[in-house]
Amino acid sequence: MNLSFTPATVETDIEQTSRPSLSYWQDAWIRLVANKRAITSLFVIICLLLFAFVAPHTIWRVKHDIQNLDRASEPPWVNRKALVLSDNDTWNDVVVPDAVGEHRAPTSLEVVGEAATSRVRLMWDAVPNSHGYRVYRNIVEPREGAPLGLSIGVVNESTLVSFEDRLDIRQKPYWYSVVALHEDGSEFDTAKTLRVVPQRSIYVSEALALPGVDSAQPGETVALVWHPLGTDYLGRDMLARLMKGAQVSLTIGIVAPLLFMVLGIVIGSVSGYFGGIVDAGLMRFTDFVIALPFLLFMILFKLMFVPPEGEANFLSSVQDFLGIEGGILAMVVALVLLSWPGIARLVRGEVLKIREQGYVEASRLLGAPNRWLIGRHMIPNTMGVVLVSFTFAVPATIFTEAFLSFIGMGVVPPTPSWGSMCNDGIRTMETYPHELLFPALFISITVLAFNLLGDGLRDALDARMRSSE
Amino acid sequence: MPRYVLMRLIQGVITVWFIATATFFVMHNIPGDPLADEKAVSDEIRENLERKYGLDKNVWVQYGTYMLNMIRGDFGLSFKHENRPVNKVIAERFPVSAILGILAIVIAGMGGVLWGALTALYRNRWPDVVIIILVILGISVPSFVFATVGQLGIVVANRVVGFEILPVAGWGTIWHMLVPALVLGLGTMAFLTRLMRTSMLEIVNADYIRTARSKGVPVAQIFAKHQFRNAILPVVTVLGPSIAAITTGGFVVENVFAIPGLGRTFVEAVQQSDYTLIMGTTVFYGAFLVLMVIVVDIVYAFIDPRVKLK
Repeated sequence: MNLSFTPATVETDIEQTSRPSLSYWQDAWIRLVANKRAITSLFVIICLLLFAFVAPHTIWRVKHDIQNLDRASEPPWVNRKALVLSDNDTWNDVVVPDAVGEHRAPTSLEVVGEAATSRVRLMWDAVPNSHGYRVYRNIVEPREGAPLGLSIGVVNESTLVSFEDRLDIRQKPYWYSVVALHEDGSEFDTAKTLRVVPQRSIYVSEALALPGVDSAQPGETVALVWHPLGTDYLGRDMLARLMKGAQVSLTIGIVAPLLFMVLGIVIGSVSGYFGGIVDAGLMRFTDFVIALPFLLFMILFKLMFVPPEGEANFLSSVQDFLGIEGGILAMVVALVLLSWPGIARLVRGEVLKIREQGYVEASRLLGAPNRWLIGRHMIPNTMGVVLVSFTFAVPATIFTEAFLSFIGMGVVPPTPSWGSMCNDGIRTMETYPHELLFPALFISITVLAFNLLGDGLRDALDARMRSSE
Repeated sequence: MPRYVLMRLIQGVITVWFIATATFFVMHNIPGDPLADEKAVSDEIRENLERKYGLDKNVWVQYGTYMLNMIRGDFGLSFKHENRPVNKVIAERFPVSAILGILAIVIAGMGGVLWGALTALYRNRWPDVVIIILVILGISVPSFVFATVGQLGIVVANRVVGFEILPVAGWGTIWHMLVPALVLGLGTMAFLTRLMRTSMLEIVNADYIRTARSKGVPVAQIFAKHQFRNAILPVVTVLGPSIAAITTGGFVVENVFAIPGLGRTFVEAVQQSDYTLIMGTTVFYGAFLVLMVIVVDIVYAFIDPRVKLK
């Protein structure tokens, strides 16, 4: 038997790296991009930020605080056409000879000229044996025997058969009724009713003041300023207010979590890293702060931080110096003071865990100084959970702000926030639902987007916390 | 066990002391004058009023008096409720909030567990998808929107039927409570549904489920005995924080539906700067929440034998 031993060839590079190695964040980014819901949410959030901070300076420069009570509570689909009326829009009463016949109510009732929101002119024919007329206006069709509505005027001559209504007329159907009067002022038993839909009107001088209108003749129609999302109860542009509200809500919703994250990370890492009495003391304090009833203390802090009108305190001076308004700073400070314990506990737990890890031990054995251990191992390895908590803290904070503003304990009017806009919208909810709908929609979309992004980040960053959906 | 309960209670008392102290000093630093609203009182009356409420003394004396009175269970006289003790106001208003809260918690807990179990059973089929969409709505829509829409719903329903099916606002009968409690519980219900679903799905793959299945235990029994009971544990853990969430949610619901509960009382007290009532309510709420957390911890130990109280 011939045994021949041939030396095995030395295989170098047995384990070949077939793909480039990925860092933790690169890996997480790839996972996140693969998650459609998370990426859509990220896109939505970017759009919201553009909406809040870029759009008001570029595509929609309308001021959010200009009131126009003539155009209060207009829904987005309102007809913007307005009839131009002469500045000198006067009218003479119509006088007719005494009537003959048997009729007990006017046989005709008509509108003279155009029915406009600045005036509706009515004319009818005289009723025999009457001593005057009373004119009624109703917003529903008066039924047989039912009251005729609001009494808007009395004419004391039987031959004077006209009336001009100038009383707060809106663009909606009205039912005008004219009833003749006896000598003692009591009414005849029948009335003549006419349905009128006034057209929005504007005077020449007002029309010329509109942007983009160079000439206006009486009788023409012009288009009024466009409010794409309608107006609120004071006639302010909803879109501009939503943008301003987005600034307020998103600023509070992002800045406050950023700040309390930093505070929580510092306290949590100091506590976890040093341990012992420092840890015990800090954690006890954390327990106390967590036990404070959150919303009640938010309100108390707001009372403490926001000075009475006309006075100033340290926070309000800082706020004026920074050029922000509406007690936003007070709310941010209150949020920071009350919200850090959660993240401090989380970071402490992570630091305790990482401190015992083999690679930290190895690094320490190799002579790494504390600053290396903290900067290179502790902080980067806690960043994952911190980022996830941040994404969930944003919607929670936006909710808190909206909630407080809703019960009138949040940002100080007239600064709008989505919450306070909802509060305003509730008064007119039944008739003009858009005033509640839009801000509520923005809150919901924002909260939803941040929540879904948070879910995605959690799945991407931390396999242990992966949700099982 | 009794030792553990005792320890927790002592901790709780210290926590309540902290809450009371924090409340006292925050209240003391609120700008403005508690007697500012009293119209044009003479200096003498003002002094008398200050003496009555102890405002003429030094801060620390006030603090000491306040603490001593609180230990005796006395929160002082309300500023605005015509000489009524704060205790009376709380005793009158809290039961209303408590009933509403309990009802909401029951609705939220039962609903959450039920829907969560259903979604897990019908995973990725249409009941799951529908419930998940509703859950997402429940989590992202603010409670005040639910409250107002709920109220509008009652108004419209009453108008359509032509008589009053449910009262629009107020308090008194079970019919007054239904919609507010449902609205109050919705957010928590959505949250619990999600939690229940996750925990059900995690448990599906547990060893003991596989063992039971391989032993030939009927599916229904596995579901009821093994999966469901274990999955419900995380839900119990978050019930404590949920109670807190529901009490604060009560602020809005009580305001919208004009329910004379403690949340509304607090908001009114703040609007009227009724200092003693604000303080009393805050400390009372704080103590109540601390107690609830302790109770939930103890209950948890009974449900889950793996948790040892020490």
